[in-house]
Amino acid sequence: MNTILITTMTITSITGILAFLLTLADRTINNYGKIKIIINDEKEYIVDGGSSLLSSLIEHQIFIPSACGGKGTCGYCKVKVLEGGGPVLPTEMPFLTQDELKQNMRLSCQCKVKRDLKIQIPEELFNVREYEAIVESIEDMTPVIKKIRLRLKEEHEINFKPGQYIQLKAPKYEGNDEEVYRAYSIASPPSQKNYIDLIIGYVPNGKATTYVHKILKEGDKVYFNGPYGDFYFQENSDREIVMVAVGTGMAPILSMLYHLKENNIKRKATFYFGAKTPDDLFLLDEMKNFEETLFDFKFIPTLSRVAEEHNWAGEKGRVNNALEKYLTDGENKEAYLCGNPPMIDTVVSVLKQKGIPEELIFFDKF
Amino acid sequence: MIEVNPFVIFIASIFTNNMILSNFLGMCSFIAVSNEIKTSLGLGQAVTFVLTFTTILNYFIYYNILVPLNLEYLRFIVFIITIAAFVQLVEMIVERYLPNLYYALGIFLPLITVNCAILGVSLFMVIRKYTLLQSIGFSLGSGIGWTLAIVALAGIKQKLKRASVPKGLEGPGITIIVIGLMALAFVGFSGIVQIQ
Repeated sequence: MNTILITTMTITSITGILAFLLTLADRTINNYGKIKIIINDEKEYIVDGGSSLLSSLIEHQIFIPSACGGKGTCGYCKVKVLEGGGPVLPTEMPFLTQDELKQNMRLSCQCKVKRDLKIQIPEELFNVREYEAIVESIEDMTPVIKKIRLRLKEEHEINFKPGQYIQLKAPKYEGNDEEVYRAYSIASPPSQKNYIDLIIGYVPNGKATTYVHKILKEGDKVYFNGPYGDFYFQENSDREIVMVAVGTGMAPILSMLYHLKENNIKRKATFYFGAKTPDDLFLLDEMKNFEETLFDFKFIPTLSRVAEEHNWAGEKGRVNNALEKYLTDGENKEAYLCGNPPMIDTVVSVLKQKGIPEELIFFDKF
Repeated sequence: MIEVNPFVIFIASIFTNNMILSNFLGMCSFIAVSNEIKTSLGLGQAVTFVLTFTTILNYFIYYNILVPLNLEYLRFIVFIITIAAFVQLVEMIVERYLPNLYYALGIFLPLITVNCAILGVSLFMVIRKYTLLQSIGFSLGSGIGWTLAIVALAGIKQKLKRASVPKGLEGPGITIIVIGLMALAFVGFSGIVQIQ
């Protein structure tokens, strides 16, 4: 009995003392005092040193896109650090190209704030804000896809371009012990500034999708930040529009279609949508409605795993097959793609073959 | 063991009982961080520093806390905790005051925590019943020996970059062979002193 007590006491006190020492060191040695960050030569912020640039900026409501949450694995949180960043760390090297190194790009989650910093970020990131919203409705689109509407607080507005995305916060819940942010495209039109719609598919063991599909209820409070992204509808063009999406990739395209309709934009548009079976198709009435009301719009769904009993009379195969069949040439056309990386890569090569120049192919890979 | 002069142990642990080349401890960072003489010298110094201080620390913890309480069997876990905490502390200090060394070692610094040479020295100290002075000589010598070996290896590897190595042996393959040859060469020292 005594031995057990002495053993436990000894181990506890040794670890306790060491933990105390480490905490003390963290407060003193790791404390770099107040540090000034100058952004784009105009705005000045004072932060506590010692933490990463990414989290220091979040404290001041400036949200650099980051999918991995600061672990140095996604490589999205690049910013230009002009002064005070110190040398590039080995952990950042794999994500930075030679050009980016020359321009002083850094991963903001790896770059520690220790001295006064001068940094440059895209102007639109200042628009990015954290929003609080209430879940107004949750609708089942298919057994594994839900559409949720998030209503902002009364006086709040969000300004975005059709095609952009936000990052939804999934809080801690039973089975998930860390807060995560995940990116979802906005499916509602930009004219509706008081709410956003998201289309979210269920990913087994996905932290945010499990939260949305299994835990979230109407009336719940959620947080998100945004808008982000350089994938958005090009206003100053009169080219014909080719839209390609699979699954939940329909979301940004939907926002663009509403935008076309509301502003009565007279451009021809064709939307190629890929799914596996008829059960995976959704918003068909909405698409029919668009075909009737838009200037010149055609919706072409195509199914890759169709069986006899489905009685499917439409297109079969993947979206790239439908494109090869219906897209005659790339003359005076521009394309918007949203879906998984393999689909994007295949479709981009088909579109290039058809003669659409690379700079007119806009895509959002997820 | 008591009669062996600490200085003899110091010399022996550099040459005849080199931690890497006779015990093959601390191989992980030895292979990973030996591409440049400058970096490996930095790591070697860090290892020497951590080694000496953790051994002294562990000496006092072992003989003043664990032995009086009859808890010798706890030495593994206690040594590991002490080393881990100490390396954390060193990491913070280096990051703050020696930024260049920090950038040179970068992500490799935490490797020292799990470097078995460091735990090995503390455990050898107990097994061989060293006195405090002997332990200091042993740990300092082991650290310097480790540094010597890694710097020598880095030097050889820098030369190797310009040599034509058979394709199948590039990288770790040729490194292991080089380490083996170095170990053979160090056997030549074994006539000087023996402490085991």
